[in-house]
Amino acid sequence: MSNFLLHKYTKKSQYIVSISLILSVAALCYALSDFIEYKVVAFLLLVLVSLIAMFFDIAPVVVAACLSAVVWNYFFIPPRFTFAIQSTENILLFSMYFIIAMVNAVLTYKIREIEKEANRKTVRENTLKLYDTLLNSLSHELRTPIATIIGATDTLQEEKQKLSEAQSAELLSEISKASIRLNRQVGNLLNMSRLESGFLQPKKDWCDINELIYDVLNQLKDSFQHKPVEVHIKENLPLFKLDYGLLEQVLHNLVYNAAVYIPKYAVISIHASVSKDNHLILIVEDTGNGFPEDEIAHVFEKFYRLKNTHAGGTGLGLSIVKGFVEAMGGTIRLENGEDYGARFTIDIPAEVAHVNDIGHES
Amino acid sequence: MNPNAIEILVIDDEPQIRKLLEITLQSNGYKVREAPTAREGLALAASHPPDMILLDLGLSDESGHVVLQSLRQWYTRPVIILSVQSSEEAIVTALDLGANDYLVKPFRSGELLARIRSVLRSAATEPEEQLIVSGDLQIDLRLRIVKKNHEPVKLTGTEYSLLALLARNEGKVLTHQFLLRTIWGPSFVDQSQYLRVYVAQLRKKIETDHNAPQHLITESGIGYRFV
Repeated sequence: MSNFLLHKYTKKSQYIVSISLILSVAALCYALSDFIEYKVVAFLLLVLVSLIAMFFDIAPVVVAACLSAVVWNYFFIPPRFTFAIQSTENILLFSMYFIIAMVNAVLTYKIREIEKEANRKTVRENTLKLYDTLLNSLSHELRTPIATIIGATDTLQEEKQKLSEAQSAELLSEISKASIRLNRQVGNLLNMSRLESGFLQPKKDWCDINELIYDVLNQLKDSFQHKPVEVHIKENLPLFKLDYGLLEQVLHNLVYNAAVYIPKYAVISIHASVSKDNHLILIVEDTGNGFPEDEIAHVFEKFYRLKNTHAGGTGLGLSIVKGFVEAMGGTIRLENGEDYGARFTIDIPAEVAHVNDIGHES
Repeated sequence: MNPNAIEILVIDDEPQIRKLLEITLQSNGYKVREAPTAREGLALAASHPPDMILLDLGLSDESGHVVLQSLRQWYTRPVIILSVQSSEEAIVTALDLGANDYLVKPFRSGELLARIRSVLRSAATEPEEQLIVSGDLQIDLRLRIVKKNHEPVKLTGTEYSLLALLARNEGKVLTHQFLLRTIWGPSFVDQSQYLRVYVAQLRKKIETDHNAPQHLITESGIGYRFV
């Protein structure tokens, strides 16, 4: 409420509003001065100053307090229409009025400042907490493979005689896996900073979607562990003028994600087609467990990780996907299938070239 | 080819990478010389011309592109670029300046050794060798005949020119722009849709599984390579 009012009034209008409030209440009291005593007017004006102090800055409030004192003195304290005050009682009343108005103004203002500071503190604490979570998941993701590499190399160096050949081979393979994992995370962080820098300019060139899909699948061969991937490419799919590298990363992250998170029996499928208005429609879906409905809205958020997940990850993969798709002017949607599984639908507008117009030659 | 006679110059400012390369290369029978800076690298290349050079793009005293440019004024043997920059522009620039191949760090040692063998092999073959054999594929450049599993493959004129150009540069990445300029002409440099379509057509004819190509390899965002 107070924020709302503060936002609404600039400094200048705060002065205008508080002065006119004082003047109009004073005018009202003046009109009714036959029915209310001048001491009651003082209370009314004091209430008004307090109200103003609740919403406005200190300077307009002090101005309102002074103005109300002057107005009360001039128009209401007998003798009226002079600044002179004759009875000792009235001098005392006026002084007290002035002091109470000022104390009121300053105290209310101080309370609001304390409140603001407390608010700022909560916001800062929340940011810190978020930052902590990020840092934790990130350092976990980076430190785990580094710990593996350091530990395994130490063991290999120092315990050479005690290790069987099979054990040494196993340690070496762990080092290799850890480095690949580390490389992937660094790649994610680099992509994220490319996005955050705001300098990401898609370099559009003609893309053969068939080539792109199989290129990505060949790169990911080792991650699948025999999980089947079905590819459905619409016949006579045209070439699309898009950024091959970005699109490759998008598809790579989606398929990799699916391969890592879905259960062993599940199947991944990729569909590519063109919409009537020449948009590329890419769908990556699986027959896994899908996403918890209440978390779907968050999965594209940076560093967001599903609550009950045990597999590693920084929570960057899908936010990079979204960022890259949007950098190319497209959209991405996630929904759960009717019976099972998750479906990512990418829709990117693009220039197209039909293959039949190009490849004819005898 | 006897690797014992082959000398490789490594120009890289990272001691760890130099050590790694030294061990990997020596254990495979190559002789290795090292230079940590562009200046020393150029001096060593001039005083003891190696059989090939591994060049890092991010040297401390001079960019690898500049080193490559001055090397190419007289050095005709293979140069492979090693780089942590995976940016396509940096790689395309290096290839246009005359690099034979590139590897983005981190790379697998097996991959590096395969690339080294491949560029050394193509450097050793006669520039106009008449018959290129790669796995199940035979390309007779004199008779313009392509055979897969000893069966003739029917190619259109453009398909043949594209395949022959890539095959003559076996193992080497040819950039999109280079392929377009050479096959279709200078005005087609930006018309990469032609290249996409013809590569797809060629794959259907010469690859066993055109979706898992063994001969025409995509170098994403950069070009194609025949192996």
